[in-house]
Amino acid sequence: MSIWEFANPVRFMRLTGKVLPWITALAIGCLAVGLIWGFFFTPEAENFGSTVKIIYIHVPAATLAINAWGLMFVASLIWLIRRHHVSALVARAAAPVGMTLTLVALITGATWGQPMWGTYWEWDPRLTSFLVLLIFYLGYMALWEAIDEPDKAADLTSVLAMVGTVFAVISRYAVNFWNQGLHQGASLSLDKEEHVSDVYYVPLLLTLAGFFFLFLALVLLRTGTEIRARRIKALQLQEVN
Amino acid sequence: MPDLGKYGATILTAYSATIILVVAMVVLSVVRARKVKRQLAELEARRNG
Amino acid sequence: MNATLAILSRELRLALRSGGGAGLGLAFFLMVVMLIPFGVGPVPHLLAQIAPGTLWIAALLACLLSLDRLFQADFEDGTLDILALSPMPLEGLVAIKAFAHWLTTGLPLVIAAPILGITLNLADSAYWWLVISLAVGTPALSFLGAIGAALTVGIRRGGLLLSLLVLPLYIPTLIFGARCVTSASEGMDVMPAFQLLAGVTLFTLALTPIAAAAALRMHMR
Repeated sequence: MSIWEFANPVRFMRLTGKVLPWITALAIGCLAVGLIWGFFFTPEAENFGSTVKIIYIHVPAATLAINAWGLMFVASLIWLIRRHHVSALVARAAAPVGMTLTLVALITGATWGQPMWGTYWEWDPRLTSFLVLLIFYLGYMALWEAIDEPDKAADLTSVLAMVGTVFAVISRYAVNFWNQGLHQGASLSLDKEEHVSDVYYVPLLLTLAGFFFLFLALVLLRTGTEIRARRIKALQLQEVN
Repeated sequence: MPDLGKYGATILTAYSATIILVVAMVVLSVVRARKVKRQLAELEARRNG
Repeated sequence: MNATLAILSRELRLALRSGGGAGLGLAFFLMVVMLIPFGVGPVPHLLAQIAPGTLWIAALLACLLSLDRLFQADFEDGTLDILALSPMPLEGLVAIKAFAHWLTTGLPLVIAAPILGITLNLADSAYWWLVISLAVGTPALSFLGAIGAALTVGIRRGGLLLSLLVLPLYIPTLIFGARCVTSASEGMDVMPAFQLLAGVTLFTLALTPIAAAAALRMHMR
């Protein structure tokens, strides 16, 4: 039994059909418990007041926005090397979800920045990097839409994902060089000294898990849709001929 | 409802914007999934029937 | 070597003879720089402060302008297929074409930039670094543009898409290049920014021909 068996669209569909309800349930459960706990039952933070509650959506959304691009990078690489169609479609399916999460991270960050930093937008390295990430998502999705032939679109977007990853990383550090910024340090870290205090930690982990399962559920659902859409296209072509 | 103090508007804006975006994403995904699934079912039924 | 020179001279002749592709970029550069004082106001110290960034951004936009023609014509009339069949690797062809693009758009900008710097009241100490940073940075713009041009080559009305794909790739070069000039004008140490700029350019020169050639092969398959 190897993971490559799920490169077969039929097997992939059968598996996702089975696990999707469970993942959805997990997503709803974790998000509900985490958000209610975080929103209603955590104290105000010393220096942030009640705005600390935004952390429960901002941090998970930002974490997943970056990791969604990472997923697209790996899936594109697998497509380029092994040419499994499911892999290319996973990358395509993840892009709009990643873009939405990037937007969520930007908007929650901006509303939080207004009372805390005194401005909605600050050209801070982390904020700026997320804006760059948003543009990379937009370009990636636009390229998928612009090319009609499915395999060629998968090829070219994969190249873009490779190049984009390299330059997103370079930009991240270039932006650091350009402006030191105001952003808080890491909220979650294995280094105990650094991350937020325990009161906020557990609900944060729960919403992080919730956002992760939500992302996973959406990607699986959208990948299934893409596989079906591809099949419809193939059948229609057969009918014409 | 916890007392959000002077930051109430900020927090509610952030939460509602997030909910709108995420729900929109979920609804769009589900609607498209249903539509494509139905189309494929019709197409296959026509071919087999 | 002969093939390299032949393709290079072909590219240059095409660029220079077909409706002034080179002159057009330069005129655009002039226009953008001229529009800035209209937008910002004729305040000398304000213009001096934004001069480095303005010149760099104008150079970047001027470079973008002629990118969509880099592979388009050759792709449409089949020349690219024939060139791809030749013994020269496609990566080499991409590098030569990008280099020719730099010679016809980047190099004129490097020469014109100090003159436009005068109109923006650029600090005296910054002129050398303006020329050096543009000379080192603009090749990266042409080579990165080659990736975008290769990705969008077969697409109708790909011009806007090309900008969307290429501009984010220009961010590191823009940051380091403009910082070079700003540091020089403020009398700070230029070397950190300059070394990073040179690093990005060398990295780009080495790796973009591979990515762009891969994209072209996908289009021709």
